[in-house]
Amino acid sequence: MDIRPALLLLALLPLACPFASTATAQEAYVAWRREGWAIPEPLGGLKGDAERGRQLVIDRSKGNCLACHRMPIPEEPFHGTLGPPLHGVARRLSEGELRLRVVDQKQLNPETIMPGYYRHPRHFNRVAEPWRDRTVLSAQEVEDVVAYLLTLTGAAP
Amino acid sequence: MIRGLVVLLLLPAAATAWEPDFQPESGSRHLSPAVLEMQEDPVANPGMITVDYGRALFHRPDEEGRRCTDCHGEEGHRLDLDRIAGYPRYDPELERPITLQEQINRCWEERMDNFPYVYDCKELVGLETYVRHLARGRTIHVEVEGPMEPFFRAGERLYHTRFGQLDMACHHCHDLHRGARLRGQVLNQGQSNGFPVYRLSTGRVTSLHRRFSECLASFRAEPFLPGSDEYIDLEVYVTARGNGLKIETPAIRD
Repeated sequence: MDIRPALLLLALLPLACPFASTATAQEAYVAWRREGWAIPEPLGGLKGDAERGRQLVIDRSKGNCLACHRMPIPEEPFHGTLGPPLHGVARRLSEGELRLRVVDQKQLNPETIMPGYYRHPRHFNRVAEPWRDRTVLSAQEVEDVVAYLLTLTGAAP
Repeated sequence: MIRGLVVLLLLPAAATAWEPDFQPESGSRHLSPAVLEMQEDPVANPGMITVDYGRALFHRPDEEGRRCTDCHGEEGHRLDLDRIAGYPRYDPELERPITLQEQINRCWEERMDNFPYVYDCKELVGLETYVRHLARGRTIHVEVEGPMEPFFRAGERLYHTRFGQLDMACHHCHDLHRGARLRGQVLNQGQSNGFPVYRLSTGRVTSLHRRFSECLASFRAEPFLPGSDEYIDLEVYVTARGNGLKIETPAIRD
């Protein structure tokens, strides 16, 4: 068998890697601390923006929360029914409790289908290349979503 | 004696890989009346284009003039349709289960002496769709015991393994949340009895292994290859989970 092509690829590998790693560079993972069933402190001390959070909740490539939850977002059709409706969720849960649920619902229910939006990537299995070693949302995006969820104080329609 | 007792105790457990009250249900149960009507009407069903394509390949001579019909008869009338409903079947020579597509490819390569096709290529999906369509209405019966058991168990493990950045398993949608809506789509049991299916969302006929890949990609996992050991094991488990259902190829699904 001719192994020259393989050797050539091996020789080129160190050249390719630095570009690959800079292309997919992500902010360092922000450590967080759980207290009971909540994460009381904002991730990285960041301040969330509720309006950006609302967009992230709708965005299918970001939060995509509507895939599973009904929410007071009437302009979007077909809300999912896998999870509980989130109308008035801020009256039921504190900010810290909401944050833990967005960051990693598996802390509360190891069997849940809900993705951990800031679960440490080392827990994931066989991630496709574009998402490898990344969290689903950034720390800022988590805070934006939490800020939006805190505005949900109304009753279900 | 004690060993015999242990085996006896383990047997019922081995037979129930899903909830005790699990009743297999075809995805057709969730179709709207209009789509169901389209599925059952051979003129309206878009999957029939693939059936016709497969039928043409089945009757087309290869370079040496050999045709599938030489052995299987015109319109495949000498095919054992109940046997088709039993795939994947254990192959003693390879010492593993082989899928219907692999069996078709083996005929093409060994009996007809051609260069083999690549798994899930257009031709094999066409032939598989045609042959399964011939077996429409036959009852699925995949063997899960004896030499098939380790492969069935491997498929069962894969079915319950979380994959990808969204960290989900087949089990989450098709067992824990079936019947719920994922955005506009109702989650069904994930049965394979209608495959290859015509998908309304993509407008194309989709093989079972391709569907596995689409699911994995949707939770941001690196799919396995069509025809890989992983997908064959998963096909064994998923299809056996539908033992008792009727073949509906080509079914129409979201």
